[in-house]
Amino acid sequence: MTTPDQTPFLEMRHITKSFPGVRALDGVSFDLHRGEIHALVGENGAGKSTLMKVLAGVYTYPQYGGDILIEGDVHRFAGVREAEKAGIAVIFQELSLVKEMSVAENIFLGREPRKFGVIRWEQLFRRARKLLHDLHLSIDPQTPIRNLGIGQQQLIEIAKALSHEAQILVLDEPTAALTDSEVETLFAILTKLRMRGVGMIYISHKLHEVFRISDRITVLRDGKTVGTGPANEWDEPKVIARMVGREVGDIFPVVDHQQGDVIFEVRNISVSDPALPGKKLVDDVSFSVKRGEVLGIAGLMGAGRSDLLMAIFGAHAGRVSGEIRIDGKAVRITSPAEAIKHGLGFVTEDRKRFGLVLDQTILNNMTLAGLRRISGRFLTSIDAESAASERTMKDLHVKANSVFTIAGTLSGGNQQKVVLAKWLLTNPRVLFLDEPTRGIDVGAKQEIYAQINKLAKTGLAIVLVSSELPEVLGLSDRVLVLHEGHLTGEFTRSTATPEKIMACATGHSKRAA
Amino acid sequence: MSKSASEPGVGRPPATSDLTPLAETDEITPQTTIGKFKIPTDALRAYTMVFALIAIWIYFHYSTNHIFLEPRNFSNLMRQTAVTGVLAVGMLMVIITGQIDLSVGSVVGLAGGVAAIAQGWLGWGLVPSLASGIAVAVGIGAVQGGLTAYINIPAFIVTLGGLLAWRGVVLGLTRGETIPLRLQSFKSIGQDYVGPTIGWVIAAIAVAAIAWLTISRNRARRRHGLNPTSLGSTAVRIIVPSLVVVGFTYLMNSYEIAPGVRAGIPNPVIIFLAIALAGAFLTQNTTFGRYLYAIGGNPDAARLSGINIRRHILAVFCIMGALAGVAAIIYTARVGSASPDAGQLLELDAIAACVIGGTSLMGGRGTVFGAILGALIMASLDNGMSLKNVEPYMQNIIKGAILVTAVGLDMAGRKRG
Repeated sequence: MTTPDQTPFLEMRHITKSFPGVRALDGVSFDLHRGEIHALVGENGAGKSTLMKVLAGVYTYPQYGGDILIEGDVHRFAGVREAEKAGIAVIFQELSLVKEMSVAENIFLGREPRKFGVIRWEQLFRRARKLLHDLHLSIDPQTPIRNLGIGQQQLIEIAKALSHEAQILVLDEPTAALTDSEVETLFAILTKLRMRGVGMIYISHKLHEVFRISDRITVLRDGKTVGTGPANEWDEPKVIARMVGREVGDIFPVVDHQQGDVIFEVRNISVSDPALPGKKLVDDVSFSVKRGEVLGIAGLMGAGRSDLLMAIFGAHAGRVSGEIRIDGKAVRITSPAEAIKHGLGFVTEDRKRFGLVLDQTILNNMTLAGLRRISGRFLTSIDAESAASERTMKDLHVKANSVFTIAGTLSGGNQQKVVLAKWLLTNPRVLFLDEPTRGIDVGAKQEIYAQINKLAKTGLAIVLVSSELPEVLGLSDRVLVLHEGHLTGEFTRSTATPEKIMACATGHSKRAA
Repeated sequence: MSKSASEPGVGRPPATSDLTPLAETDEITPQTTIGKFKIPTDALRAYTMVFALIAIWIYFHYSTNHIFLEPRNFSNLMRQTAVTGVLAVGMLMVIITGQIDLSVGSVVGLAGGVAAIAQGWLGWGLVPSLASGIAVAVGIGAVQGGLTAYINIPAFIVTLGGLLAWRGVVLGLTRGETIPLRLQSFKSIGQDYVGPTIGWVIAAIAVAAIAWLTISRNRARRRHGLNPTSLGSTAVRIIVPSLVVVGFTYLMNSYEIAPGVRAGIPNPVIIFLAIALAGAFLTQNTTFGRYLYAIGGNPDAARLSGINIRRHILAVFCIMGALAGVAAIIYTARVGSASPDAGQLLELDAIAACVIGGTSLMGGRGTVFGAILGALIMASLDNGMSLKNVEPYMQNIIKGAILVTAVGLDMAGRKRG
């Protein structure tokens, strides 16, 4: 359904939003009509989530620039509650349901029908039942949320949003965890809501779904709008071209890495999903890396890249099958400690959660993984540690007063360098990097790129996972592409193009070579 | 037991960092400005604690007609601190790792009861009796640590169960009786003193050690290109602790038990100081200690850095058990008998000592020095209020209020810092 020219229901004008060192949104304009599904697509980090957080009131006015208009009136939300009152409901990827409560309680959480402060249960359940019925969902409102699958939980989130009488519904990757039949149910509901006049913003990496469901498509890249158009006039290659259409600039010096023998190899690695038995996060993946080679692994969020690395590193013990070979010999790795002993290093994604002890000094963080190598088995030597971490700090250009600065006070780029330093101090032979430049500024990115090239030159084998295509293309000698746990493509430096990789990553093209 | 990702403490909710805007941060150590002085916030916290202790002492000294800091009472105060202090050192390690042990009071009761039964009803000698008490406590630590680390039962639950169960075991074993100590050598552990001469020898060794450590540390700093501390501050770093050692020894030695007979440092205090030193060394100078802080600070990062979280949690509970055993020996020896309700509420004193000393119950933060200061503050309040004949009910109210206030002030300071 296309809506004829009338003032849009929602209009976001010239939205800007900066984080220290990064301009996340740079004058983005976006509008939405009643009864329209408007898809928002772009690479990871293009600014989609930030834009939606501005809309949802997560960032309040002086934190962003530009105007949000609903039916022509400027709104400046003081918080998430106010945005909800204005009819905006956002369903984030991470669901916000209370697992131990029932469906009905979750739907009306904080807004339970009550009299003199006493919850009126029969009314609560009646209203919940009606709401679910309207959505053609056959779920008992008294079921505890934890008994429902992820897909059904997603639908409950939508029911909850509708109970707010939401007029604008934002869906962030709603099908990421859904089975095919659940996707059909979801789409049926979205179609019905469209008929009721609800405007929907649909964020997804799965382009075929975007084309199936949406009326218009807007592509974001590097915090800017690169195009808006009717879905029926565009096709997937056109959208992909807009998503990636950025020059791979000079920040990637072309370095020919001297490659040696194969040092590391995995065969038929599979990882099962702890939440959904039977589902595989990684399905039968095999690859090898040579000394001095940089192997890129591309793919979209949720493609199983991080799980693959975690599995190799022994952090998913108990739900991994397959074989790992180092120097041609099969090894068993059931814990990170064993992985380190075999010469593997792993710069994890999400440095705050998995990489750093934020309360502690740079020194303590840098020496954590290699402490026994640096200090000695039982006693720590503050001298040896200072020497090692100061040297590494200088090598990696970590900007801080001293090695005794608390890691949590550093900027993102410097924190990332500390995590890298931690692994270099274990003297690894194979280094895994998971999104090593996420959320850091361009200067720090370039420094990390230079380090990667330098390390490869010393004969280190490097496996680089990144959502940023230019990064993968600019640094890797070979690129693998994962899509929903499967290996869907392999390219050499000369055959890899952003379009081909994106096609494999979105499942658009199977097994290109 | 599946080897899934459900290691203790790892099952945290997903980080919310994605939803919160990045904070603008300075790349400097947190500092607090007072007048024109800039002091690192951590050091300020330690100084504040010391000043609070001194203020408490001065207040009690004057409000008790100069009894409080008299050698006799001071000696008593130190002896009272010993049991809580020994437990606080163990509790500190447990809490740093992000765990808790609520059972130590009952374990003290049980270990003391076992040792007393061994020397009394079974007629064992001193060493086997002490060993049996400590062995029981270590065994309990291993069981509780094992349940926490390998079966993933939260430490709070395991040790809450322990608090009840072990007390039940003491009552059963002793049949509700108080068992007197038969061995004089046992009693002397809690009641006697090292003579004044030995006291001075220990003090001299301590002063020499302080000087040597400070100077060699300075040399190490220079060797690694760090700025060595100035001559003046080096001197202060040697002189101040040395004065504390000398003053402490002097005060202890000037207590006359009988006319002309000088006491010296009480045995429990010597044991306590030795354990405190060992604890400080273990937490600050060993890989083991470093790993405990890392596990408490961020279990996910620690695990991915190759640290075996389970083994460390088990070890820390065993150490806690051993120290509860030592505390039980001191306690039983001091009282001269093992009663079935011995050690009640000691777990709370130990936790309070840690917390007043700046330890974070979330794990990852705290020092042995702070825990000892906390133990001294708690014991000083007990002792001083008893001297002032404050009614027991009032004592509890005041101690509770001070605990909450101390942590409240600390949190307020942290937020600002």
